[in-house]
Amino acid sequence: MSHDSTAALSYLQEPKGLKSWLLTVDHKRIGIMYLCAIMFFFFVGGALAVILRTELLRPERILMDADTYNQFFTLHGAIMIFLFIIPSIPAALGNFLLPLMVGAKDVAFPRLNLASWYVYVFGALFCLYSIISGAVDTGWTFYAPYSTTTSTSVISMTLGVFILGFSSIFTGLNFIVTIHKLRMPGMTWFKMPLMVWGLYATAIIQVLATPVLAITLVLLIMERLMGVGIFDPAMGGDPVLFQHFFWFYSHPAVYIMILPGMGIISEVISTFSHRKIFGYKAIAYSSLGIAFVSFLVWGHHMFTSGQSEIAAMIFSFLTFFVGIPSGIKVFNWVTTLYKGSISLETPMIYALMFLFLFMIGGFTGIMLGALALDVHLHDTYFVVAHFHYVMMGGTVMAFLAGIHYWWPKMFGKMYSERWAKVVAVIIFVGFNMTFFTQFILGAKGMPRRYYTYLDQYQPLHGFSSVGAWVLGAGFMIMAVYFIASFWSKRKVGDNPWGALTAEWETSSPPPQHNFLTDPVFKHGPYDYDKIAVVGDYYKQSGGTKMAEKI
Amino acid sequence: MDTTGTFFLPPQNSTVASDIDFLWDFIYWASAAFFVILGVAIFYFIIRYRRRRQGELTTGVAHNLPLEIAWTVIPTILIFFVFVWGFKGYMKLHIAPGDSMEVKVTGQKWFWSFQYPEGASTVNELVVPVDKPVKLLMSSVDVIHSFYVPNFRVKMDVLPNRYTELWFEATAVGDYDLLCTEYCGKGHSEMIGKVRVLGEREFNEWLESAGGMGEGMTPAEYGAQLFKSKACNTCHSIDGSKVVGPSFLNLYNTQQMLTNGQPVMADENYLRESILNPQAKLVAGYDPVMPSYQGVLKDQQIDALIAYIKSLKE
Repeated sequence: MSHDSTAALSYLQEPKGLKSWLLTVDHKRIGIMYLCAIMFFFFVGGALAVILRTELLRPERILMDADTYNQFFTLHGAIMIFLFIIPSIPAALGNFLLPLMVGAKDVAFPRLNLASWYVYVFGALFCLYSIISGAVDTGWTFYAPYSTTTSTSVISMTLGVFILGFSSIFTGLNFIVTIHKLRMPGMTWFKMPLMVWGLYATAIIQVLATPVLAITLVLLIMERLMGVGIFDPAMGGDPVLFQHFFWFYSHPAVYIMILPGMGIISEVISTFSHRKIFGYKAIAYSSLGIAFVSFLVWGHHMFTSGQSEIAAMIFSFLTFFVGIPSGIKVFNWVTTLYKGSISLETPMIYALMFLFLFMIGGFTGIMLGALALDVHLHDTYFVVAHFHYVMMGGTVMAFLAGIHYWWPKMFGKMYSERWAKVVAVIIFVGFNMTFFTQFILGAKGMPRRYYTYLDQYQPLHGFSSVGAWVLGAGFMIMAVYFIASFWSKRKVGDNPWGALTAEWETSSPPPQHNFLTDPVFKHGPYDYDKIAVVGDYYKQSGGTKMAEKI
Repeated sequence: MDTTGTFFLPPQNSTVASDIDFLWDFIYWASAAFFVILGVAIFYFIIRYRRRRQGELTTGVAHNLPLEIAWTVIPTILIFFVFVWGFKGYMKLHIAPGDSMEVKVTGQKWFWSFQYPEGASTVNELVVPVDKPVKLLMSSVDVIHSFYVPNFRVKMDVLPNRYTELWFEATAVGDYDLLCTEYCGKGHSEMIGKVRVLGEREFNEWLESAGGMGEGMTPAEYGAQLFKSKACNTCHSIDGSKVVGPSFLNLYNTQQMLTNGQPVMADENYLRESILNPQAKLVAGYDPVMPSYQGVLKDQQIDALIAYIKSLKE
C-alpha cells in the first residue's frame, strides 16, 4: 500500500517555483513556511539563552554589561514566547495536520491562512527592528511604569507583538470553522483525534484572549507616545492595572502553548502503544475545561503585587482547579500504556520525556499556587524553572515528539533514528541539568532577571550554565540530522508507525489536495482493538525478525 | 548569609518560616510519592508491554469508572487541603501584630532607604531588634521594586504612588540578605541590602547613635562611611574603573566633558549639584540614571562626601 499513490505528485513537487510557495493557499505549504520561520526564531532565542547562561557562569562580567544582559533576556523571552512557542504547534504542525486529520482538502479560509503567515512575518519584522533600534530591556512582560519610562524601543516591540496577535487570531478563527464545518462524513465530535480537540480548545483561547493583549499594548503605546496616564502613576495611572490586563491574556496564552502539545502527546502515546487511548472523553473535556478555567486564574501572577487578600484567595482556589484536568490527562496517558504493545521510537521517547518533565512542572505549579509558599518563591529562579519545565519540558518536548512523528509524513523522508535517540538523551540530561538546578537556586532565594548575583549562588549557576551548553549541543545535532534526512535515499511508506488517524491514509508526502479520493470515516482514530496495521517503518527495519524471535 | 539550611531552602530566621517550610515539605513529599508511583508504572508498562510481535490487536478497555473517580477525587481533596493551608499562611503574612515597630521603606533605582520614627535613617541596611515584630510601610519613587528576605520567607512589591505593607519577626541575631525581586533596570541585580538583626539592647544603642553625624571622625572619614552606607558604591568606584557612573578617583578639580559638549570643572559646587540634581549637568558617556539625593542626605553629609571625594587622589 505504500507505493500505490506515488503516481500523484506531492504538494512539495507541484506547483513549482518560489512564487508558487509565496502565494500558496495550500495549508501544508503554509504550515512548512511557518515551520521554517519558527525554527529560525527558535534558533535565535536559543542562541540568546546560551549566551545568557554563559554570562551567568560567574557573578562578574564575562561577555556583556548589565544593559546588554537586560536586553538579551528580554529578547530571549519575547522571541521564544511570541515568535516561537505560541505559533509553534498550532500554526506550523496544526496547519499542516488539521485538514489531513479531519479529512478535508484545506482549512476553511485558505487565503486568511496565507494572510496570517504574512501578518506573522510583518509583526516579526517589527520585533527584529526593535533589536537594531536600541532593543528593549523591560522583560517580555513589559511591566509598567518601567516600560513607559525606559529609553529603549518599547514601541516597536509591542507593536510587533500587537501585529503577531492578529496572526494568532486568524489561525484560531480558521481552525474553529474548519473543525465545525469540514470534518469528513461520519466523523462526529467524539470521533475526532485528540490532537484536533487540543487545537480546538487552543483556537478558542486564541480568539477570545488575544484581543485583550492587543488592547493593553495599544494603551501602553498611547501612554508612551501621547502621555495618556493609564499605567504610570506619575501621570495618574495605575501600574497594577497593567499587570491585570497583561496576565488576563498571558495566562490563557500559557494554555495556547500547552494544549496543542497535550494533543500531540495523546496521538503519539496511543500510536506507539498501539492501544485505544484511555479516557478519550475525559481528555477531550479536560482540554475544554482547562481552556475555560484558564481565563479565571490570571491573578496568581500577582500574589505579592498588593492585590487584596480576597482576590488572592479566589485566584489561588481557581488555580488549583486548572491542576485537576491536567492531572487527569497524565493519569489517562499513563494508563494508556497498560496492556499496550509499546515500541520506543524517537517520538515515543519524547512523549515519555514529556510525561516526566510535565509532572515536575505540574507539581511545582501546585507549590506556586499555594499562597503562603508563593510569597517566598515568586519572582525567583523557582518560577523560571517551573515555566521552563512546563513550556520547554512540556510544549517543546511535545513539539519534538510531533515533529519526529510527522516528519516522514511532511517530507516523505526519514531521519536517522539512531542519532535521534542519542540526541533525545542529550536533551533530557541537558534540560534537567539546566533547569532542575534552578529550582534549588530559586528556593534558596535567587531572584530572577539578575545580571550579577551573590557568591553563594555561584556553584549552582555554574552547573546550570554547563547544562545549557549540553542542551544547545543537542539541538545543533538535531538540526544536522533533520537537514541530512533530505538526502536520505530511504523511501518512507504512507504509514510508517501503523497509526489509525486519517493523515496516514494518504501518501507521504501528501498530494496537493491531500486525498486522491474523498475520505470517509471508516474507523475510529484509536481502534487498535479492532484493527492492527504493521507500520512500514517496522516492515523495513526488521519488524518481522522481532516477530520470529518470539 | 550562611549557606546552611536544607537542600532546597535557606535557614529559617523568622516566626513564619517554619510554617511555610512545612507546607513546602507536605507538597514536596506528596508530589514525590505521585512522581514515583507514576514513574514506576510507566517503566513497568513499557517493559512488561513492550511490542513483541507486529500487528497484534490490543485491549479495547478505555474506561474504568472507579479508577477514574479515584484519580479525580483524591488529588482534589489533597489540593483543597493545600489551598486552605496556603491561604491561612498568607493571611498570617498579611496581618501584622498590633505591637509592631514601624519602619518606612523607600525603594528607588537602585537602593533601599529606611526611615525610623525616632529620626534615624539608613540606606541599604535595615536594622531591627530580634524577637520583636517589625512592620514595614513601603513605597517606591520610580518603578516597581519588590522587597524580599529569603531567610524570613517574606516578599512584597513596592509600588510607586501606593503603600504596601509587610511584617516579620526575626528569630535570630545576624545579617540577612535583602533582595529586590521585581525587575527595575540596569542596577536591579545590585539593589541588594542587608537586614541586620540585633539584640534588644544593641538595637536601642544603635537607634540612639544612628541619628549622629559622624562625631569623632574627620569629614573625609565620615564621607568614606557614607559612600558605603548610602550606597554610592553601587554605581561609583574609587579605583578609576568605570561602573554605572564616573569613578571618584582623581575626580575633584578636573575638567569633565558634558553630554551637551560643554566642559565643566568638577569643583565643590558641581559635585554638590550632581548629588542633589544629578541630571542637570551630565558627563558624556553616562546614562541619566542617578536619582536625586535631595532629602536623603543632610547638608553636613554632603559636605563630608565632597571632602571624601577630594581626598581620593593618586
